[in-house]
Amino acid sequence: MSVPCGADNFFYCPVKLSGNAHNPTEKLGEQKGKVIMKEQLLAIKKSAEEKLAVSSSLQELEDLRVSVLGKKGELTQVLRQMGGLSAEERPVIGALANEVREAVESALTERKTILLAKAREEKLAREVIDVTMAGKKPEIGGLHPITKVLDEVKNIFLGMGFSIAEGPDVELDYYNFEALNIPKEHPARDTQDTFYVSDNVVLRTQTSPMQIRVMEHAKPPIRIIAPGRVYRSDAVDATHSPVFHQIEGLVVDKGITMADLKGTLEQFIKSLYGQDAKIRLRPHHFPFTEPSAEVDVSCFVCGGKGCRVCKGEGFIEILGAGMVHPDVLRRCNIDPDEYSGFAFGLGLERIVMRRMNIDDMRHLYENDVRFLKQF
Amino acid sequence: MKLPLSWLSDYTDMSGITPEEYNHALTMSGSKVEGIENIGDKIQNIVTGKILSVEKHPDADKLKVCMLDVGTETLQIVTGADNVKPGQTVPVAKDGALLPDGTKIKKGKLRGVESNGMLCSYEEIGMTKEDFPDAEYGILILEDGLPLGKDIKEVFGLDNPVVEFEITSNRPDCFSVIGLARETAVTFNRAFNVKTPEVKGSGDDINNYMKITVSEPELCKRYTAKMVKNVKIGPSPAWMVKRLQSCGIRSINNIVDITNYILLEYGQPMHAFDMSYLEGNEINVRRARDGELMTTLDGEEHTLDSSMLMICDGKKPVAVAGVMGGLNSEVREDTKTVLFESATFLGSSVRITAKKLGLRTESSSRFEKGLDTENTYPAVMRACELIEELGCGEVVDGIIDVYGTKPKKVTIKFEPERINEFIGFCVPADEMVKTLTDLGFTVDGDVITVPTFRPDVLCFNDIAEEIVRMYGYDKIPSTLMDGDTTVGIKTYSQQIEDRVKNTLVGCGLYETLVFSFTNPNIFDRLNMPGDSVKRNAVVITNPLGVENSIMRTTAIASMMEVVARNENFKAEQVRLFELGKIYIPKEGEDLPEERRVVTIGMYGNCDYFDLKGVVEVMLDDLGIAKRSFEPEKTNSTFHPGRCANLIAGGKTIGTIGQIHPAVAENYGISSDVYVAEIDFEDMLMLAKTEKTYKKLPKFPASQRDLALIADDSVLAAQIENIIKKKSGNIFENLTLFDVYKGNQIPENKKSMAYSLVLRDENKTLTDEDINPVIESILKELSSKLDVTLR
Repeated sequence: MSVPCGADNFFYCPVKLSGNAHNPTEKLGEQKGKVIMKEQLLAIKKSAEEKLAVSSSLQELEDLRVSVLGKKGELTQVLRQMGGLSAEERPVIGALANEVREAVESALTERKTILLAKAREEKLAREVIDVTMAGKKPEIGGLHPITKVLDEVKNIFLGMGFSIAEGPDVELDYYNFEALNIPKEHPARDTQDTFYVSDNVVLRTQTSPMQIRVMEHAKPPIRIIAPGRVYRSDAVDATHSPVFHQIEGLVVDKGITMADLKGTLEQFIKSLYGQDAKIRLRPHHFPFTEPSAEVDVSCFVCGGKGCRVCKGEGFIEILGAGMVHPDVLRRCNIDPDEYSGFAFGLGLERIVMRRMNIDDMRHLYENDVRFLKQF
Repeated sequence: MKLPLSWLSDYTDMSGITPEEYNHALTMSGSKVEGIENIGDKIQNIVTGKILSVEKHPDADKLKVCMLDVGTETLQIVTGADNVKPGQTVPVAKDGALLPDGTKIKKGKLRGVESNGMLCSYEEIGMTKEDFPDAEYGILILEDGLPLGKDIKEVFGLDNPVVEFEITSNRPDCFSVIGLARETAVTFNRAFNVKTPEVKGSGDDINNYMKITVSEPELCKRYTAKMVKNVKIGPSPAWMVKRLQSCGIRSINNIVDITNYILLEYGQPMHAFDMSYLEGNEINVRRARDGELMTTLDGEEHTLDSSMLMICDGKKPVAVAGVMGGLNSEVREDTKTVLFESATFLGSSVRITAKKLGLRTESSSRFEKGLDTENTYPAVMRACELIEELGCGEVVDGIIDVYGTKPKKVTIKFEPERINEFIGFCVPADEMVKTLTDLGFTVDGDVITVPTFRPDVLCFNDIAEEIVRMYGYDKIPSTLMDGDTTVGIKTYSQQIEDRVKNTLVGCGLYETLVFSFTNPNIFDRLNMPGDSVKRNAVVITNPLGVENSIMRTTAIASMMEVVARNENFKAEQVRLFELGKIYIPKEGEDLPEERRVVTIGMYGNCDYFDLKGVVEVMLDDLGIAKRSFEPEKTNSTFHPGRCANLIAGGKTIGTIGQIHPAVAENYGISSDVYVAEIDFEDMLMLAKTEKTYKKLPKFPASQRDLALIADDSVLAAQIENIIKKKSGNIFENLTLFDVYKGNQIPENKKSMAYSLVLRDENKTLTDEDINPVIESILKELSSKLDVTLR
């Protein structure tokens, strides 16, 4: 093919080309001009396509676009020579020029898409991270384990229609003892090493005074739990604390029976420990309930077979309960011939410690952050 | 209470009941078994054997080689004991035997001679000198004629399970063999028999020797006495010693042992006086005189007071009633005449006296629970029966029995249907009657009469308990309550409490729980002024120690302790909070006001503004928007330049700031500690947690930056208040994004750069709208605070 400028040197001889382009006065023979222009156009196309094929950057593409299709680009310059063509030849060459333009544009777009994809791949390759490295955790604190378990217990009872009552830690002797059938000099006072503020004011030794405070103000039906701090004169060690938490429960209504007590506790225990948990009631004595019971729950480690945790018993004592003593009801102006009720009390720390496998009660009140962060 | 099961056989049939069955059954019927111990379980493979021959060991002078017939075989055993002779019967531990101390016996060779076991001393089979007072040192020589190969446990009755009961305070009757035998008999539905003691007597009359007066009939309901003369003090028979030992009581001599035996058997404490030391032939039960002295049996001298009831002779106290006898009248080796006291003292009186004297005895702990006055007579008669049985004295005829008012008969209506409803399962009425009767009640028609030994039974519920415990708590079905439905819902206050805790956790804080009582030195450690109202605290009269002796009036001290502990444990960064009570004494009222406070503490990678930010998030969440932080320079617990009072609702509801370095030092803390204490009850009152939707803006906001120059003393809050006020209703947000001091800023001045966001709900703001606002802001800043544009 006879071409004035070879494809290879087409782009490298812009001066020569532009010399042609900037020399519109040069007279070409019409037929000769048409042939040359056609060849030039095809050469532009071929050269652009070849260049595109080896282009490796978006900048190269842009440069190519400008040098071919730009205002001063080769194509434009060739087209400027159209003036020298005849009216019949012009549309032919014009169509060819458009064809070339479209072909180059489309090749450019195609190449751009490929290069973009390649560039993205390279970027992604550069962005590789070690996904096994530690995440950046937001600091979000945590509730105390006692609060967590207490919330669980509260929610179980809320779901059973119980409300939550609250009362003072510093309590009148009357509520803590007298009203609960524990008069002064009652032997039961010995077992509850009481902190005294004065002759008639104590730090409550149990949450049971809440029974009285609630019954004095509410009329049956009553269904409450009363969680709170209680105080006993026990030195601090792995299993004792002078401050600990109890949860009292009280139900008073017409026709409340021991079977209701058992059913309610069973539902509570199953909610807390799972549907397989069983309870066992044993006779016991509390001054303010009659009959009274100690309640054991099947050991959640061995499921009742007997193990180290339950000392081979299969059961673990977790709460005290009973039917509200008629004298207690009477003292709160509730007629025991019309109403009956049950009450129960459980120690929260023991449940928390067993649940979370905590071996020393002191951890609960020392607030070592290394401890607190575990829950 | 410890009790050998074999003793129960005196009163009820114990055959065929294993210790395990017994344990479970009694626990379930209300007499909780703590454990069962049996020395017999620790002895294995020790049998009787007859020594056929004794020869010298060929290679050891001190050893002997014995041949023994143990019934089934002949064994060669090497022994070091001197006291063995052919023909004797001895305990033989065979190969594989177990001794009570845990030793296992194995066959082996002693100096080359085969030995297939061991001959035992009494100690090696778990017995004592008291069991064999006449035994010589060495191998225990048994009586002749015992069958050979017989288990040594059978020979000595070592298979003797001893049960330890946990008896509840309402059942004083069960602190006795008879009481527990009754419970056992009813539990297993077997016969129960108590013989009436039979005393032959020896003539004469106690009234010839003794006069008894009870000056305090309220404190001594009954005083019963019998007299024994020609007493022969000596050891008690082995069976009695063994029973006492099983129950944890040491044998002293036959007379004292008898009183202890009655204590266990009848649950009736008794005392034996040596009558020769009783002056004036009389006993007077009276109160002690203040300051009167007396030495008790244990050799301790006590100063008495008039609250204490004493047993006195004509001149002096001879026993502390119901607690302990006096040294001056105790039974000794040469005692010839004895006065047995069997009395009922008021429980509370005995309890107080025992406590005051620091003497808690088997006797006092029983009296404290309230004993049956009807029991004194059979108990003292049983003691006399034992005197005659043991042949250790002559029981003088007649009895002195000072008995005031007899206990009232308690009757309760028998309502079997109501009982069945109450316990939730059905027990036939006639079975109820049988159970009650077996327990000692009498049922006549619909009237139940309660036996005197059951002072705990007073009403319907008590009877229901008797029935349900004997038929089994395990028979109670599980039902859910009928009746009106109740709604379980947290109170507003409880909801707000949860909310505050959750917000603080979301801010990265960990919840702490601390003791409510504290040390009175905290006020000094916190550097509080001497006249601070906080120093007025509820005081515990009997604290465990001074460190727990007052109820806290501030929660800052507890937080400081926790912070100090964590710093000590090398925690680099700590963020904590507590929601707990403080206790404020109230003039003229018994109980203090208990207020909840939120306390926040932090150190490490934080400053005042981190703390304040957390407080602000909490207040924002509670909808407490109207609030201010005012500089507080006089709170000596805090850094004077880094402390603020939180003002809301027209009052100070909290304090926040950096702890004064001197206070931190008091707690041994070297870090800068930031603490806030905010009254929860006040926040609760101010909280507006109902949130409603506000339309999202339709028009764009305009932002202007204001770089201001202000005196150091000008507070951001002052500037911000003016900017907010002057912006009026187009104010949207204001952020202080830079504070700068130094180059280009005059001395004692600071540059403060604010970003102000303005927005009109109804239109796009133009410069014409904004410029006048900015001008008025700058004018006001300049005139009020001398603050200018940079």
